This record gives sequence, C-alpha cells and structure tokens, in this order.
Amino acid sequence: MNATPPIAGSPGDAAGMAAMLFCVDPTGTGVRLRAMPGPARDAWLAAVHSMFGRGAPSRRVPVNIPDGRLLGGLDLAATLASGRPVAERGVLADAHGGLVTLAMAERMAPGTAARIAAVMDSGEVAVERDGMAMAAPARFGAVALDEGLDGDEVPPAALTDRLAFHVDLSTLREQDLPVPADAAAIAAARERLPAVTVSDDIITSLCAAAVALGVDSLRAPLAALRAARAAAALAGRDAVTVEDAGIAAQLVYASRATRMPAPPETEETESEPEQSPPEQSAEPEASAQTDDNTEQRLPDADEELLVNAVKAALPADLLAQFAAGVERRVPSRTRGKAGATCNGSTRGRPAGVKRGEPRGGARLDLLETLRAAAPWQRLRGKSPGSTARISVRREDFRISRLRQRTATTTIFVVDASGSSALHRLAEAKGAVELLLAECYVRRDSVALVAFRGRHAELLLPPTRSLVRAKRCLASLVGGGGTPLADAMDAARGLADSVRRRGDTPVVVFLTDGRANVTKSGEGDRPRAEEEALLAAKAFRVESMTTLLVDTSPRPQMAGRTLAEAMGARYLPLPHADSHTLSGAVRVAVAAG
Amino acid sequence: MSGLFPFTAIVGQEDMKLALQIAVVDPTVGGVLVFGDRGTGKSTTIRALAGLLPRMKAVIGCPYGCDPASTAGICERCSGSEHPKSQLVPVPVVDLPLGATEDRVVGALDLERALAQGVKAFEPGLLARAHRGFLYIDEVNLLEDHLVDVLLDVAASGENVVEREGLSVRHPARFVLIGSGNPEEGELRPQLLDRFGLSVEVRTPEDIATRVEVVKRRDAFERDSEAFRAGWAKDDDKLRRRVVAARNRLKNVQVPDAMLERAAQLCVKLGTDGLRGELTLTRAARAFASLEGDTVVTDKHLRRVAPSALRHRLRRNPLDDAGSGTRVERAMQEVFGA
Repeated sequence: MNATPPIAGSPGDAAGMAAMLFCVDPTGTGVRLRAMPGPARDAWLAAVHSMFGRGAPSRRVPVNIPDGRLLGGLDLAATLASGRPVAERGVLADAHGGLVTLAMAERMAPGTAARIAAVMDSGEVAVERDGMAMAAPARFGAVALDEGLDGDEVPPAALTDRLAFHVDLSTLREQDLPVPADAAAIAAARERLPAVTVSDDIITSLCAAAVALGVDSLRAPLAALRAARAAAALAGRDAVTVEDAGIAAQLVYASRATRMPAPPETEETESEPEQSPPEQSAEPEASAQTDDNTEQRLPDADEELLVNAVKAALPADLLAQFAAGVERRVPSRTRGKAGATCNGSTRGRPAGVKRGEPRGGARLDLLETLRAAAPWQRLRGKSPGSTARISVRREDFRISRLRQRTATTTIFVVDASGSSALHRLAEAKGAVELLLAECYVRRDSVALVAFRGRHAELLLPPTRSLVRAKRCLASLVGGGGTPLADAMDAARGLADSVRRRGDTPVVVFLTDGRANVTKSGEGDRPRAEEEALLAAKAFRVESMTTLLVDTSPRPQMAGRTLAEAMGARYLPLPHADSHTLSGAVRVAVAAG
Repeated sequence: MSGLFPFTAIVGQEDMKLALQIAVVDPTVGGVLVFGDRGTGKSTTIRALAGLLPRMKAVIGCPYGCDPASTAGICERCSGSEHPKSQLVPVPVVDLPLGATEDRVVGALDLERALAQGVKAFEPGLLARAHRGFLYIDEVNLLEDHLVDVLLDVAASGENVVEREGLSVRHPARFVLIGSGNPEEGELRPQLLDRFGLSVEVRTPEDIATRVEVVKRRDAFERDSEAFRAGWAKDDDKLRRRVVAARNRLKNVQVPDAMLERAAQLCVKLGTDGLRGELTLTRAARAFASLEGDTVVTDKHLRRVAPSALRHRLRRNPLDDAGSGTRVERAMQEVFGA
C-alpha cells in the first residue's frame, strides 16, 4: 500500500495546509502555533489573515488579560459619564465571526484558558460581572501562539485539547511556507462546507486510527472529522474521501499520538528494536508491514492508511521512541507551568473591601466606590453649582484588601542510585505524598527530581495534584550511578524558575552525598565530587532554603561537607521513615 | 452548537447519567460532582439535563420563583400574599460562568436604579435564579476560594443572606449543586468534596464502536441540531416521564431497617466521617429504587449507588495506592458478600 503522507513534501506544506483548513472552518478547528516570534510565524499569520477575508475582526488576547477585558463588564468611564450602567464588551465578544490570537499561550493561567474554552464550547460569552448579566455571541477561530521552549512549557491542556491543529514552525524558515490560497478559494470552500458529506466508514476509520495511536480525547476524532470536511470542501468535493481523511489525520493526530499502533496485548511487553529506526520515517512501509502480523480485529484498509499517514508525519525521534516501547509523555496531559503562576503570589486572595483612602499603595476599588456613592446621587445632585454627573465624596472611597501570601514549592531531589538503598526511594515517595496531602490547606506545591545512572530527571513538575504525583511516583525506579552535580544543577534551575514565578522554593536533598558520575555522564569519582561541591556552592550564593537529608546507613563526612557548601540544614536520618521525613521537612520549611 | 444536546443521546457514561437522574428525583441527595478526563462530555451531559426537567409551578413575578403550594421557605413577598397566581416555568439550570464576580452570584445593589433614580434596591443574583433548580459550576476546582465559601454556605443553609452596602436581604436559595472538573487541574478542597452528595468519575470510552457512535452523534448534532433534537425527542420524553413517575413514587418507597444497617456497616467499614455518607447512601438508594419502579430498597440498589455516594468521603490515605472506587468495591464485597 502506498504510505506516502497525503500532504507530500516538507513540514512547511503541512503548516500551509493547516492554515488553509483553519480558514475554511475556523470555529470548528483552531490552531496551536508553536514557534518563536520571527519571520516564519509572521508569514504564517499574515497568510491566515489574507485568507480569512476582509472585514473579519481580529483580536489579540494578551496573556494576563483581566476578566473584565476578556469577557466584558462594566464600562466605568461611560457609566460615570452617562449616569447609568453601561456595559463594555470583552475581546472575545468583539471577535465574533473573526479571529482570536492568544499571545504567549504557554504562560496562560488555567483559569483564563478555562474561560476561553467555555466560550469556545458554547459559542457565546456569558457574563455575570460587576452587577450586570449579559450574553453575546462569540464564535471565532482561535490561534494560540505557543512560545514554549521545551516539553514542560505548554499551553493549558483545556485549550490545546480544543485546538484541532498543532503546527510547529520552530524549524521552518519563511521561504519554507507555501504561498497561501487566495481568499476567494477559501470563501468558495466555506460555502461548500455545510453540504459536504462523510460516510460512516470514514468516521469509523478516523476513530479507529485515533485509538490505534493512543489519542484519548474524543475531541480529537471530532476535530479530525471537521478538518476532513474542510479538506474536501477546499478540494471542491461534496464528499469526504480517504485522502481528505488522511490529511486530517496527519494534521490532527500526529502531535497527539502517544504510541505506535500495535495490538494491545503486545505493546507493553514487547520491544521491537528492529521495527523502525529513525531514518525509515521517509519510507514507513517497512514498519507498517511488521505491524500487521498479529491482529485480533481486522483494521480496514482505510484505518491503516490513516495511521500510516500520521506515522509518516511523526518526527523521527518520536518514532524511534515508540519503536523502543517508550510511551510518550503527552505534553497536553501535564499541568503547565502557568498553573503555579496563577496560584502563587499573583493571586492575592481578595478579602473584600474596606472604607479608606487610596494612599500608601492601597488600591482604590473603583466599582465599590461608585456603588457606595450611587444611592446618594439624587440627594447630592441638588447641591447648587455642581456640574459633575456623579458626585463622589470622601466617605465613599473604598479600597480593596488583598490577602497575599507566597506559596512554597518543595522540591525533592531524590537519590535513586544504587548506593542509596532502594527502600529510601519508597520513603521519599511516601514523604512526598504525605506533604501533598497537606497541600490543600497550605496551598503549596511539590516537585520531584530524581537522579540515577547518568542524569537527573524532573519527574514531577511543581504540582498540587495527588493524582498526578502518584502517577509519576509509581514510575520511579532505582539503581545506577550518582550524578549528584547534574541533579543539583537541575534542582537549582527548577528552584530558580519557581522563584521567578514569585513562589518560595525549598529544596530537599535525599542522598548519601557520594557523587561518582560527572556532569558529562562519566564515572569519575574525584571529579564528580569536585563538581558536586561546586554545584552546591551555587545554592549558597543564591541563598536558597535547602535541607540535606543524609540517607546513608552510617552518616559520613561527604554529606556534611556538601550541606555546609550549600548552606543547607544537615539532617542525618539513617532510619527515616516517611513520617519523620515529612515532619523534618515541615520544620525546615517553617524555619526557612 | 445552539441549543441543548438531548440527554438520552449521550452515549454511555451511565454512572453520570444515573447520578443526575437521582438528583432530579430527590434533590435532597445533595448535589453531584463529576470528575474526569477531558472531552468525555461532562459539560454536555449536565447542560442536557435542563432539557429533561419537567416544568414546575412558580409564583408569577416572584424574583426567586417561589413554589405557590408551599408555605415554608418562601421569600418575604410571597409569604405576604394569600393566593398568589402561578405559572409553569422551566426548572432553572443556572450556569455559573468562570469569572463571575461575587456581587452577581449573591446579588447586590441594583446599580441601574441607584444611578438613575437614586433608589436603593436589591438585585438578585445567580443564587436567586437557581432557587428550586440546579446550579452548575464547570471547572469547579478553578473557582475562586471566596466564591466557593459563599456557595457552600448557601447550599448548606438553603438561604442566601446578603449584607452589603447597607442592604440587608435574605431570600431562599435551595438548589442542587452540580460541579465538574478535571482532577489534573488541581484537587478540590475536602470540605467542598464532602458537600456533594454523589460523585462520579468519567472516563473516555475505549472501545471503538462507542467512540464512533459518540463522534457520529456529535457530528449530526453540530450539523443540524434541530433535526437531531427532534429525532431524540421521543426518548427524552420517555425518560422525563420515568423521572417524574419516580419522583411521585418516592415517598412510598420503603427502606427496611436491614438496609439501613447495611448502609451503616458499609460506612463504618470505610471509615467515612460523620453521618452524611449513610444519609446520602440511603437517599440515593431510595431514589434509584424509585427510578427502577421498585417499592422496597434492596441490596441491589445499595450496591449500585454506593460507589457514587461514598467514593469522595473516604479519608484520603496517600500511602494506599488503590483508587477510592476500588476501596468501596472491596468494602462492599465484605459487607454484602461476593
């Protein structure tokens, strides 16, 4: 069977195709555009604008947009001027029938994402704010600009789940992008779109392909279906063909795939090293053939075609990972870093308003002030010589009270090497879970870095979710060397990002302090110890709260020296269980 | 996407659908919490509930939609009038949008009248609108803490007390709280968790036939929602009649002492805090029996609703890896026998 991707050629063509399909059915699809600001991104966006048609509104949503601007609310200026409440439409309502660009989506707070997602789902903005209730239609095409650097920085999953196409321009140049279609062709396709039909077979194949590739969310096949329709409409057809479905599958599933299609019972146990070395992505026929040997249900030819289309579009390294039996950690399932931003110090808990004057940094609560003044206007209006529509007096002033506190993020750095006994790991897991269980009350979060073998690994990004923590902890295994310096650097990087977010990091090391793997991943004890000491000093320089729990059966100098170097509290706990451990951490956090 | 998706057209998700029906049959069960994966139709199902509810009688002109038949728990205005005129209105299913401000939730000074006429008047908020109906909070775990506190307080007392700007208003606000969310976005505070009567976990269906059916129906709905709804109207009507019948039958359903004992045993075994667990379990079992057309609650009914009624009340034990659903299953095995 012919398994060349339906969109032949470079990734640029795929990006161009996504742009066109998005313009044909903007409300049904949506794009997550992963790229740094630059000519390629500008060109892509310009192409979308040119195809979208004249007169369509286009709005840009900044990452920290307040609810009042996003959804709408009371227009204070107009209200004051006219003497009656005047509503202000939000950005989303303004963009009805047009395009919404979400800037820096990877840093968007989950709350903002949830609001936008709710509007996308219902097609209207429902506002219950500032003393007014209104609803305005808001059906728009969304483009989320994702400037995340690595897999950890992703837009909130609530958003990415609803955006059909995930386009990656990071490796493309401006000239790689194809020339956009003209607006007339798009307009014609839009007209044709409602009449395009899809056969049941195609729907079944799209769903089956999603399952085969490990795409869980049911929004994905729905999005693929919309995309396939758009593709058919664009090609001037009245019915979706397998080729259209192939294009849709490639664009929608490729970035969401979590596994190589294989019969369910073999995927966990068998690793198939011979299956597809990376360079075979250009001709995935061979890998397709090897898949087909043991099948319980017979996949119809269409499904296979779709799966192959997606496979052809997968990045080569991913393919190799799948082949090695590694399930991909789906970025969209992780909680974005933005979560902590929103729950950190930026979210001062409003503790109501109080009467007072806006001085000394206190912020005037305009609305409450206005409310306080409002009932008296009739009475005050009678005072002669006044031209102001509304008279606000000193006793009306209300200032907002914000109760702010910084949240603590405890970063556990756990030695999972062979020298630390395996049961240490279990205790660390227990301690993390115990601390997490208390996090509801304290509103704190926990992160986990484990190191063994040659490198350290961020196992659990800062989170409060017990569900997620358990999932990550369950996969932690022990054994191997002790790359302490690498772990320290990783932890410091994480602590730094936590601090920049406005939270307070507390780093807890659980190790015996005997480094034997260098940063470059070589087994060289003296150099490894030297590097570890150097890395430890960096903590002291940045004056971070640290705690070093010496887990060796007989505590020795290595641990103590390290603790001194980083200015850490030193705690020899040869017989720590998870309860004493979490207790000790609590004390350190309180003191720090 | 205009209009509501028909309730009966939702594929699978039986636990969620049953929990919602139970809440309709007996609102005193105390709210439903739906937690689960993305894209499993949580919001769709809950919003679809509005289309299923039979109309209710309400006093004309009453901002809170008081029941003309009842004398207790009605607003000041209605308790003054002898024979108020009433009309049939749809049962409210109020969506609490994210980003709602407190003044709109609890009600506040009517800004317009204050500004234009200089009159101090109370403008009821979302809680007033939800009275006798349902209040739905999507992404309940993302709700601001101070709003959560207000909601809990009102849901527990059945009355909304507003003391703002020199206004002092109290009005009835009895509603069924329905929340949904994704546990990966963050956990719910245990205090809030416990206030929900039933909790269900929804998962993405894994078998292909079901998924295909979901996609097909959703697609048909999006292309022509009118025709799609018309096609399902019969089924929705049937279910509506069933729910109404169950509601009327409810007070005649017997709960034998042996069943109360079973419920208590189960709760003791699971170590749930307080008596709310037993109460909810019995009420839910009764409502379920009524839905099934039975007049006596039996083991069968208890077993069916126990996971939903108890799952979220377990003391969280971070060191026990088993999910709470499994723990309820285990306890049931011991109490009821295999």
